[in-house]
Amino acid sequence: MNITATLIAQIIAFVALIWFVNKLLWGPVTKMMTDRQKRIADGLAAADKGQHELVRAEEHAKELVRAAKAQAGEIIALAEKRGGEIVEEAKLGARSEADRLVLTAKAEIEQEINRAKEQLRGQVVSVSVAGAQRILGREIDAKAHGDLLKDLVAQI
Amino acid sequence: MSQSENASGGGTVEYIQHHLTNLCVGNCDPITHQAAGFWAWHLDTMIFSYLLAALIVFVSWRLGGKLNPGVPGGFQNFVESILDFVSGQVRDTFPGHNPLIGPLALTIFVWVFLMNFMDLIPVDLLPLIASWFGIQYLKVVPTTDLNTTLAMSLTVFGLIIFYNIKVKGLGGYLKMFLFHPFGKFFVPVNIVMSTIEELAKPLSLGLRLFGNLFAGELVFLLIALLGGTAVGAMFYFMFPLQIILDLGWLIFHLLVITLQAFIFMVLTIVYLAMAHAKDH
Repeated sequence: MNITATLIAQIIAFVALIWFVNKLLWGPVTKMMTDRQKRIADGLAAADKGQHELVRAEEHAKELVRAAKAQAGEIIALAEKRGGEIVEEAKLGARSEADRLVLTAKAEIEQEINRAKEQLRGQVVSVSVAGAQRILGREIDAKAHGDLLKDLVAQI
Repeated sequence: MSQSENASGGGTVEYIQHHLTNLCVGNCDPITHQAAGFWAWHLDTMIFSYLLAALIVFVSWRLGGKLNPGVPGGFQNFVESILDFVSGQVRDTFPGHNPLIGPLALTIFVWVFLMNFMDLIPVDLLPLIASWFGIQYLKVVPTTDLNTTLAMSLTVFGLIIFYNIKVKGLGGYLKMFLFHPFGKFFVPVNIVMSTIEELAKPLSLGLRLFGNLFAGELVFLLIALLGGTAVGAMFYFMFPLQIILDLGWLIFHLLVITLQAFIFMVLTIVYLAMAHAKDH
């Protein structure tokens, strides 16, 4: 109704208030809100990335397990084969050892037999010589019949 | 009896006039208490609008110190939703980018709303309290003072002219006055039409807000008169009626004050968007 100097005062107040609102409210809050938008977008992107990486890691883990299983199977087969070989080798070794032992035993036995025969032969000779000496002591001259006796010993 | 009726009738007019008189300081008429010349200050308008502006600044300052970018609390949420609403309006209406428009629109919306809100305080409460301190005249609602509404609309008008010249150039702006509505064969008509159109912007902006709030205040005063002037047994009928009507008008007015603040804001954005348009 009546325009007074109040108008000027109100214009000044209005302009000052706009400045304050911009400085204290609009500026900080909009900045904070855009920051938050960015943070949310970043967070979502990171989550997506994480999901991708998880899937990749799972696949990788599966692959590793598969490879490990295959390797383990190979190793087991190899070990079994090697075990069989070792058993075979041991069997062979044992058999040859046994044969060898048998052979030595046989040789020893033969040696023993031979020695016993020698001994026995000697003893028989000496016994028969002694017997013959006793029987023939007077009749046969050792010197005269020496050749004959030697021939006898060789024949026994 | 007739004498008292006359007195009460005169009292009614006086009551309303008294309530619509500003607390004038400076060059004022000592009898009517109206401003007698330009250099008068409406102290009540200034004090209440400044207090509300200070409230906005204080709350902004308090809030700005403890903004939580992660999980916003209750009040921050509220402020953010208002801010989001305003910036949404700016984005929808305003082409291009101007960092001033957002704070301007927010200031208008919040300040006008708060000043309008003073209308919802019971009409006699603050003047009564003021009268205890010897202040005889108090008009509580700053937006029922033409000085406030015109101050804002003229500031917006200044911005309109500034951005018109900044965007279109002084020549382009003057050319708009010469050739705008009807082309180059009606230059005199165009000047008149464009001038009216430009001047209508601040006037309609300021007068609309003033008219709505002034009328609303007047209706509150008339409703307040129902119980206040009823005599005898009529008081027992009029007083409940006053309460009911007051409540009804209050609820309706709550809508009006929000709407007026919104309209002022949107029209400001629209006018400034028009000022930024290259080819008008």
